[in-house]
Amino acid sequence: MHWRQPTTLADLAEGQEYRLDRIDLPEPDARRLMELGFLPGTLITPARSAPFGDPRVYQVDGSAVALRRETAAKMFVSPVRKDQPS
Amino acid sequence: MSAAASGASTLTSPPLPHAGRTVALVGPPNSGKSTLFNRLTGLRQKVANYPGVTVEKRLGRAKLRHQEVLLVDLPGVYSLQPRTEDEQVTHDVLTGRMADVPKPDAVILIVDVTNLGRQLTLAAPILSLGLPTLVVLNMADDLKSRGGTLDIDAVAEQIGAPVALISARTGDGVPAVEEFLEGALGVPRPVYLPVISNIPSCREWSAEVSRKAGYRAPLPSQWTRRLDGIFLHPVWGPLIFVFVVIAVFQTIFKAAVPLMDGVGILVATSGGWIEALLPDSWFRSLLIEGVWGGVGSVLIFLPQILLLFVFIGILEDSGYMARAAVIADRTMAKVGLQGKSFIPLISAYACAIPAILSTRTIENKRDRMATILIAPFMTCSARLPVYTLLIAAFIPAEQQVLGPFLGAQAAMLIGLYALGFLAAVATARVLKSSVLKSARTPFMLEMPPYRMPTVRSIGLRLLDRAKIFLRRAGTVILLTTVVLWLLASVPLENGQPPAIADSVVGTIGRTIEPIVAPLGFNWRIAIGLLTSLAAREVIVGTLGTIYGMEASEHSVELQSALQSDLTLAGAVALLIYFAFAMQCMSTVAVVRRETGGWKWAIIQFVYMTAMGYVCAFGAYQLLS
Repeated sequence: MHWRQPTTLADLAEGQEYRLDRIDLPEPDARRLMELGFLPGTLITPARSAPFGDPRVYQVDGSAVALRRETAAKMFVSPVRKDQPS
Repeated sequence: MSAAASGASTLTSPPLPHAGRTVALVGPPNSGKSTLFNRLTGLRQKVANYPGVTVEKRLGRAKLRHQEVLLVDLPGVYSLQPRTEDEQVTHDVLTGRMADVPKPDAVILIVDVTNLGRQLTLAAPILSLGLPTLVVLNMADDLKSRGGTLDIDAVAEQIGAPVALISARTGDGVPAVEEFLEGALGVPRPVYLPVISNIPSCREWSAEVSRKAGYRAPLPSQWTRRLDGIFLHPVWGPLIFVFVVIAVFQTIFKAAVPLMDGVGILVATSGGWIEALLPDSWFRSLLIEGVWGGVGSVLIFLPQILLLFVFIGILEDSGYMARAAVIADRTMAKVGLQGKSFIPLISAYACAIPAILSTRTIENKRDRMATILIAPFMTCSARLPVYTLLIAAFIPAEQQVLGPFLGAQAAMLIGLYALGFLAAVATARVLKSSVLKSARTPFMLEMPPYRMPTVRSIGLRLLDRAKIFLRRAGTVILLTTVVLWLLASVPLENGQPPAIADSVVGTIGRTIEPIVAPLGFNWRIAIGLLTSLAAREVIVGTLGTIYGMEASEHSVELQSALQSDLTLAGAVALLIYFAFAMQCMSTVAVVRRETGGWKWAIIQFVYMTAMGYVCAFGAYQLLS
């Protein structure tokens, strides 16, 4: 899958589950995101959003957190493969 | 001090002399720290269902069987690396760097057991403090009803500290917490802990603890998913929002009327009795014209204000507040702020003081400053009596705007609320594109699950609000009306009180009349503007006293007196002046404290008052 354009959280459709690979944000922001549950390797499901899709609520690690598109666009994800243990 | 009373509960805690133990309540945001604090101390610290309700430390005594313990309720934190002002408070108290709080002898860590793996991540840094610690797993009722389980002894075994499973809301399991407070307070048994600055390893550790404790997470709340499907629906979400707003204002205006009439009759009847009982004297005049006319005319608005607080309570306790912040984020982004600034702005509908304090949850210093500076534009509950009085006097009740759904009076009220909001965002825009320009801080907000607001919690809010209102009526409003009455009764002419226009009050009023005459106000309104610098609703009491003293018969209605004193254009100008001007000294004091100096407080007072004057002038000149 590495040859493809990397997918970010901002590209995802509601309801699909993805795995977080990395966060491309300055350390304090990345840190708070990790404290909120956005750790690399965690599964994330996009949920409802404000009108026009921004900000969007994401289901992550048992809670729901709202993020703006500009933040989600710096968080890279890959699809969860069925044959891999999660 | 007027509104200081309304902020007092969150402003400062009085120093509590004590010799016993100090125990701090720590936990992630919205995990129920304040709910447990209230249960243990019998106090009524504000609780609601969104992260960041508590932004200041709060002290209280827990009376146990054999001793008293000083409890410290703290703002919620995700880690011990503070990012905001409120998180800094928690950090400073726990590390003993807070001047007026003794370093805690023990810690109670409260986590939401319905999401144990993530919430327990905070246990690693807390246990590393080396203080005696009790880990409280809260919301046991939710865990059970949604089919989750765990073995608390196994949790205790692995973290080396005692564990209690409780429901702070229902009180289940709270005796175990009291037992801990009373017990020997041993330091945690040394166990393996992860490197606390490494979040992934902390998370792995807490996952390991949960796994070994046989933790089965409860099923996700179906209600929360369904309700989000509605409230965050692209079409229904905004429509429901608008519908709710209209319904709220319609109710505040229409449903409050019989209750307000009831209070009005009570005030009038009791005044009539006293008048009949007492001989004609200066004292009777003070009591009837000063106290009953002044304080009584403000008291009438109590039912309406309580009704407003029912709606605010439902908004805050249900969990909708965080969703409203999400919906508002894009609008806020356009003026350079973000969704988190929206929560203080909504609280400002109650009172600007707690709203200004709640800006502490905003990460970006300049965003926080901008939010403090615009919050007093939001229509606080002290403006409601002024608005209601003027609208009822000048807008016909029968007139409808949207067929039977929306009356003209309610529409006018919505218009004034919208005006305040627009002034706030326009000012934010100016500030954020000039002096308070900054890089954007990412918006990250945790969504609490929806909860049904309980009759008890709403009832307690109303009780507290009624107390605050009555205390204000009994202090600042009583004081201003009595002083006003005295100044309106001197100098004596041949041993008799003068005509009010010739009294000290009349003289002062007429001296400043030329300043406000271009706005369509006469000297009586000018006096009202002056006294209401203390607090906005004081103008109602002031006019009640002045008209009461002027009237040949005492039973003159405040509304009809106003109708003969102001033109429609003047009334609109007065409404606009109150929408913008900073008529509240307590807010000025809090802004000074929170911004660390007089500079911003004075700037804010001047621009708000100037804006009120200029816009009222424009409106009056345009309409008359």
